[in-house]
Amino acid sequence: MIRDITIGQYYPAKSILHRLDPRVKLVSTLLYLVSLFLFRSIAGYLVATLFLIGIIRLSRVPFGYIVKGLKPVIMLLMITVVFNLFLKKEGEVLVHIWRLSITTAGLRNAVYMAIRLIYLIIGSSLMTFTTTPNELTDGIEALLNPLNKIRVPVHEVAMMMSIALRFIPILLEETDKIMKAQQARGADFESGNIIQRAKAMIPILVPLFVSAFRRANDLAMAMEARCYRGGEGRTKMKPLRYKGRDRAAYVMIAVYVAAVVAIGRYVPLKIWIF
Amino acid sequence: MSIRLEHLNYIYSPNTAYEKHALKDICLEIPAGEFVGVIGHTGSGKSTLIQHFNGLIKATDGKLFYNGENIYEPGYNMKNLRNEVGLVFQYPEHQLFEIDVMSDVCFGPKNQGLSPEECEKRALEALRLVGLKEKYYKASPFELSGGQKRRAAIAGVLAMRPKVLVLDEPTAGLDPKGRDDILDQVAYLHKQTGMTVILVSHSMEDIARYADRIIVMNHGEVMYNDRPKNVFAHYRELEKAGLAAPQVTYIMHDLKERGIPVDIGVTTVSEAADEIMRALGTEISENEDMTGDGMLDADAMGGDTSDAGATGDGTPDADAAAVGRASGADTADSKNMEKKR
Repeated sequence: MIRDITIGQYYPAKSILHRLDPRVKLVSTLLYLVSLFLFRSIAGYLVATLFLIGIIRLSRVPFGYIVKGLKPVIMLLMITVVFNLFLKKEGEVLVHIWRLSITTAGLRNAVYMAIRLIYLIIGSSLMTFTTTPNELTDGIEALLNPLNKIRVPVHEVAMMMSIALRFIPILLEETDKIMKAQQARGADFESGNIIQRAKAMIPILVPLFVSAFRRANDLAMAMEARCYRGGEGRTKMKPLRYKGRDRAAYVMIAVYVAAVVAIGRYVPLKIWIF
Repeated sequence: MSIRLEHLNYIYSPNTAYEKHALKDICLEIPAGEFVGVIGHTGSGKSTLIQHFNGLIKATDGKLFYNGENIYEPGYNMKNLRNEVGLVFQYPEHQLFEIDVMSDVCFGPKNQGLSPEECEKRALEALRLVGLKEKYYKASPFELSGGQKRRAAIAGVLAMRPKVLVLDEPTAGLDPKGRDDILDQVAYLHKQTGMTVILVSHSMEDIARYADRIIVMNHGEVMYNDRPKNVFAHYRELEKAGLAAPQVTYIMHDLKERGIPVDIGVTTVSEAADEIMRALGTEISENEDMTGDGMLDADAMGGDTSDAGATGDGTPDADAAAVGRASGADTADSKNMEKKR
């Protein structure tokens, strides 16, 4: 049910990816995401696929668990595919239905787009699967630190992000509990037209908001009680330090990006229309 | 209105790192009209268990029969099951959402498809049952105090007139008076309407006072399923499971070990008081010329009980624990009794 939403969640396991410095993971993820858009040939996709499979194996997160994280974005994926499929008017026409036609370019675009989106989501969720919210915040803070000079409240932004991430599972659990409590009182969330269903959400949303505000208030109080006062002059108990494996990871991601761009652009592999 | 569980298993998040076997091969029967207490330490599977009773959680494996019908059969009317098995969650006040208490209590009956008049009638009846004052009926549920919110939320379930009432720690976070009020109301309902009550609690005292039968959960398994006094006889095993028998049990065991012929099976404070009176009474009448000594003995014993922990003169662990747990109220009670004598 609602507990099954795994996107953005940490998955505890013991792997080399889990132990990497969060800065490495953030930078690598960013590079990986950008690299997905730097080529458009099947050779490039093969390299990207191999790399992704390797990373998934390294992360020791079960494949089924990763796939579950894709569920919430299926709608988005479908829309993208449908638009690309029918709206691209170049190339030869493959199928013609009523006033819509699918062209080779349309099909190619749709498939490439779907693969890119899926790889993008898997790639970024692998980062959150292998990095605890705390590490992630530390990483973001360290990477954005130069912005401090132009008076961007980096620490505060990072803190807000980590709290937001930390609260996803808590609020999901709360939603689950409230839903069950209302179901126990005979609430029905599944039947009826769209207006009735939207109305049926009120008994969940009101208590959820109340509880979110209560939690936020409690948290603020707890932080203040421990003398939290923002980032200024704050030192770290465990400062981030690069180790050998982190440097190796930087080299690997650089090699991958170079390889995927070079192969994706200059290796003339062609299968049917792709 | 019986509930029967056959080899019920439930696993949270199977095949992931979060996998947890929450219920292991549970076989239970809860006949109609019984007052059953479910007890177990945190994470023992109590809450998971009771959410099966009205089908909110579907068992990974096994069968659950309500009135002889397997609720996991395709086409089983879940909505009807939820009308008959009312479930009050832990901290039920977190489910309140309407603009006033009255409409919130009406939410359940409204979902049952009753007319507005009937809803209101049932809501009024339920609110009266939980003892919420009339001036709050039109107040926003968010303006009430914690105990009042709790009552309003319980009324929300009672208004559906369930045949089985399941309460998950209805007294968590309430003061002693609020706790007694709510439990007394539940006991009253049980007597008046004959509804089946399943009460989940951490407190052995509460359960001992009201329940006909106790189900002890430990690590997802049913550890004991018996009458209170038989369950409490295993107080050493209960301690190992992170629980404890009621304080009365410890005192009675203590008394018995020190040679006062009391029945160790009593489970509530008032029963214990009567029992001590009876035991002392017989002792005195048996050795009439020793009356004074008997009294002295009893007093010495009273003193002993409160000192044993401090002196630590080789008293067994359980004894020390008993003394540690014996609340002021309980010891005072028994002492008073002895003094009156």
